[in-house]
Amino acid sequence: MAGEMTPAERTAAALRFEEPDRVPLFLFFTMYGAKELGLSIREYFSRPEYVAAGQLRLLKKFGGDCVTSFCYAASEVEAWGGEVIFRDDGPPNAGRPPIREADEIEALEVPTVEESPSLLFGLRTIELLKREVGDDVPIIGSVVSPFSLPVIQMGFDAYIDLLYGEPDLFWKLMAKNEEFCVRWANAQFEAGATAVTYADPLASTDMTPLDLYRRTGLVVAKRTIPRIRGDVATGLASARALPVIDDLAGTGSVGVGVSTFDDLAALKRQSAGRLAVIGNLNAIEMCRWTPARAETEVKRAIAAAGPGGGFILSDNHGEIPWQVPGSVLLAISAAVRKWGAYPLEEASL
Amino acid sequence: MGPEFQDLPGRAAPLSSSGDELKEALLGVDRMRAGKIIRDACAAGSPVDCIEGLIIPVLEEIGRDWEQGQVALSQVYISGRICEEVVNTMLPPGSPSRRHRPKIAIAVLEDHHTLGKQIILAVLRAGGYEVIDYGSGVTVDSLVESVIRDRIEILLISTLMLPAALRAREAIARIREAMPEVRVIVGGAPFRFDPALWRETGADAFGCSASETLEAVRMMGGAVWPER
Repeated sequence: MAGEMTPAERTAAALRFEEPDRVPLFLFFTMYGAKELGLSIREYFSRPEYVAAGQLRLLKKFGGDCVTSFCYAASEVEAWGGEVIFRDDGPPNAGRPPIREADEIEALEVPTVEESPSLLFGLRTIELLKREVGDDVPIIGSVVSPFSLPVIQMGFDAYIDLLYGEPDLFWKLMAKNEEFCVRWANAQFEAGATAVTYADPLASTDMTPLDLYRRTGLVVAKRTIPRIRGDVATGLASARALPVIDDLAGTGSVGVGVSTFDDLAALKRQSAGRLAVIGNLNAIEMCRWTPARAETEVKRAIAAAGPGGGFILSDNHGEIPWQVPGSVLLAISAAVRKWGAYPLEEASL
Repeated sequence: MGPEFQDLPGRAAPLSSSGDELKEALLGVDRMRAGKIIRDACAAGSPVDCIEGLIIPVLEEIGRDWEQGQVALSQVYISGRICEEVVNTMLPPGSPSRRHRPKIAIAVLEDHHTLGKQIILAVLRAGGYEVIDYGSGVTVDSLVESVIRDRIEILLISTLMLPAALRAREAIARIREAMPEVRVIVGGAPFRFDPALWRETGADAFGCSASETLEAVRMMGGAVWPER
């Protein structure tokens, strides 16, 4: 491959299952930009200008191949009336779920993007990023899947009870969540997003039995993803993807974010030509890695999934923790350039 | 798991035929059938025999199956809930027949994701233990105060996100200052993704699953009815 590609060209080639100039690197920074700007996490998430500035500084410093408008998952539940809890050393978290009783589902109104400050914040961030990176760097947006959103809408245990015991209410909630998800995803594309992550951890057999998923979450995904007007990659937020790869390939997704517990080489074989594989560096262990360990892990992942394209190196959850040292991130960036250049060297395989 | 617990997983005997049937009913979320299997199997003995001989081994096996990717977390939760409901009919909460020692409490530290706590609660209660539930969103200050006030002997700390897992260290250190004898088990996703992390908290053990946590509690506190 002659010449260096832009991050957008590199990523597009990988998604076409072609070998770009090198393996793309997606470093999903959420709150990490606050460090760069010397702000508290709460301050950082108070203005889209801060988030956009943080993303651009991190892009330059660590040499990744994307920026993201995603701030924290709780911003979606905020639109539904939920609370967000900030802390100094980690991502803002969802507070008590806004749906306290299942019978509240009937009267639940689907929020509009235009009237949801937390979503408008995300759209403004995308616009600011787009103004700076144009078409050269992919801007990755995010939606929580209609099937997984109830974990923070009503609490995981209450949702499992609903899923198993209240099918009518479950489907009513899905209809509302689908509408919300499609509106929110399409608004991000209209603002300038290049692709959207469809966060659906409950699609994993770690969370939901396969037969139940096929009767519920898969049906929801097949109805929802085709209504989204742009590229969608399904992320399982650290949960294992291999047992559901064939199912995910039928949803309209173009890629899948996979777990550090997945067998990356097996995943690549199983999804070849259908879903690009995104992963699977262990973001929790990464906090204690040395630069040498980071290089070893990058090399391992590239050897397992790099050949033939269709692979984007990333973490396994979609978020770099606050506690990961900058030296480790620089080592990851250097290692993908050393070992991820196509054609891959024998030594990296 | 701490050094004294490392050999726990995988040493269970095969389930009895009743156990196999119960496991199938639980994983199929068949409450009626599960209840009937338990009542039929336990008709000849005491609730204690039923819990020790049938329910605990089945729940432990389901927990191990989850660790190996063979069952889903939702099934672990539902199985625990069904068993808890049945045990409550045979051995109501607060019954003098239940063991109230060791004194056990559970809390979700600085988070409102309660599934892990609810699974552990259901499994421990189905196993005949009384457990104090401190709830979710518990701060370090509040946890320290509650544990010392209640003179807790075994504390279970559930976390979901990394910062809360790291905060467990401070909570445990402060509790130990006042109560060096307290035993602490931590659990949650961060500890699964980084197997070395739990040791940094100063905990005595890490419960990777409900079954491991149950085993650890049994080893720390003795079986529920040790005098039998």
